[in-house]
Amino acid sequence: MAIVDLMPFSVLAPLIASGVVALLPGRFWPWAITLLAAIVATVIAALTLPAALESTLSYPFGNWPPPIGIEYRVDAANAFVALLVAGMAALSLPWAKVSIDREVPERQGAFYALFLLALAGLLGITLTGDAFNVFVFLEISSLATYALIAHGRDRRALLASFRYLIMGTIGATFLLIGIALLYMMTGTLNMADLAVRLPEVQHTRTVDAALAFIVVGMGLKLAMLPLHLWLPNAYAYAPNFVTIFLAGTATKVALYVMVRFIFTVFGGEYSFTVLPLAIVLMALGVAGMFAGSWVAMFQDHLKRMLAYSSVAQVGYMVLGVSLFSAAGLTAAFLHMFNHALIKVALFMAVGTIMYRIGSIKLQDIRGLGRQMPWTLTAFALAGLSIIGVPTTAGFISKWYLILAAAEAGHWWLVGLIVITSMMAVYYIWRVIEAAWMQERPAGSPAVREAPLALLAPTWLMVALNFYFGIDTRLTVGASTAAAEALLGVGGLMP
Amino acid sequence: MRENGILRIVARFLIPLIMLFGLYIQFHGEYSPGGGFQAGVVVAAGWILFALIYGLEAALKVIPERVMYVLAAFGVLLYAITGLMGVILGGRYLDFYPLLPGEHAAQQFGIITVEFGVGVTVATVVMLIFTYFARRKSEWEALSEEEPE
Repeated sequence: MAIVDLMPFSVLAPLIASGVVALLPGRFWPWAITLLAAIVATVIAALTLPAALESTLSYPFGNWPPPIGIEYRVDAANAFVALLVAGMAALSLPWAKVSIDREVPERQGAFYALFLLALAGLLGITLTGDAFNVFVFLEISSLATYALIAHGRDRRALLASFRYLIMGTIGATFLLIGIALLYMMTGTLNMADLAVRLPEVQHTRTVDAALAFIVVGMGLKLAMLPLHLWLPNAYAYAPNFVTIFLAGTATKVALYVMVRFIFTVFGGEYSFTVLPLAIVLMALGVAGMFAGSWVAMFQDHLKRMLAYSSVAQVGYMVLGVSLFSAAGLTAAFLHMFNHALIKVALFMAVGTIMYRIGSIKLQDIRGLGRQMPWTLTAFALAGLSIIGVPTTAGFISKWYLILAAAEAGHWWLVGLIVITSMMAVYYIWRVIEAAWMQERPAGSPAVREAPLALLAPTWLMVALNFYFGIDTRLTVGASTAAAEALLGVGGLMP
Repeated sequence: MRENGILRIVARFLIPLIMLFGLYIQFHGEYSPGGGFQAGVVVAAGWILFALIYGLEAALKVIPERVMYVLAAFGVLLYAITGLMGVILGGRYLDFYPLLPGEHAAQQFGIITVEFGVGVTVATVVMLIFTYFARRKSEWEALSEEEPE
């Protein structure tokens, strides 16, 4: 079986498994089958990546040749993102078992089925080469995600989920309007075909509007600065496992869709002349970096703090895209991957604290460092990565972002990146200071170290942060290839 | 609403027609506008009309909630497995040509099977959504009855 025939099964495995898992009773089998499906998806995605680096893979569904039929079209860019999404699912599921048994005690079959649908949706968005298919999968993953967030034990999860539903639906509608406008002008929905036909009708108001709708719609799903309002509460009140998975995947996939449309479908040259994307994305990216970090510095709820930090990190990625160069896109893809590693590790550590003491308010974790040393050491080490200390993954992506900014002649950006990193030092330090330097509040019950089932996956993620901080062959190689694949079609390739 | 004679008799007259129309849309989907999604919604609408007139309890006797849930997953699996058969028999996913010898027969068989899966899932999911909302009311009433004590 050739790799091309295997490739779509990284989407189909979770999709088919979701139907099975929905019917399974009890607490063990739904989780086990979900983990199995995620591992299958990861293995297939890992096999796809080297093949996609060599040549673009195309799989016609139902054997209808594209552009009539729906096609999965995989090059370096989406193979890399697919590996990231599937990998994060497989790495976070071992952590989920104990945590979900506590947070979602009943009807776990339905819960894991929703998770698999969200996973299949995100992978589908990534792999498909059909613009309308992107919308369909976006809706599948979004609807499943809203339901997953609403599973949170805090009642505010319902409101957070509802707010995300409203904002997410607006985002998806904008994307749909954009795709419909493109379809109206070209009569095709296949992305590669769109890229060929669009130049004929370029510089019509309709196509310009389509680009604007798609960029804004994806900006919403991506939580780009002024459109980020859904994110903090959704992350804060969702079940911990859901937060971990979303932080590692959802915004990254939205960013991928945005760059795919900007660079492959419309062509970078066109996108950056019709809309002042270079200025707008740069301004919003920098504003996101500062506003996100600034608000994070004053949060007492650790999950909200990390959520605002995510808004800041999205800013770095958007900044990389705004440079419109191979180096900038490489940095954006690198940070996509590395930020997923960092945030998953951080949220795992925070979720582990929540599992033990039931709260993640800053005042409640005072003095916890001596009682849960392993958990808080993991948090501190992952914190080093988000600050961007050398030998961590976070350093690599910030380094490449600085290189890209310098290459574009924007030396002032280097200063801004360093300043926001200092802000990250502050918000990570607050937690460490509270946990290690302060006394446990009088009268609080003794806390034991977290169970190994939670610690082992957390430490694995921390180890990966350091591994990818030292061995960058996979990440930098794949990111460079992804940037070249995106710029190669109609962009200005140096 | 069972006491209202007009509603009851009109519903009794309409529900079979709605179901029949739903089945028509389902099995004519490959020729004419329609298909599993629309058919599922129409069939579910017939059931909801029944529930509105005769009450949720009676409607759940026709199709219990657990059965709806199982059927919803069954529909997805029917779709997925039909798609998978294409791969197993040597084609692509959702490739219907390998399913049967004749080209037209194969396509027709594939489309009808897949659309049937869609129809079953859509119908049962719409029913489930209605059930959850309808049950809210009785839950609320149970709550407000307890409160005065």
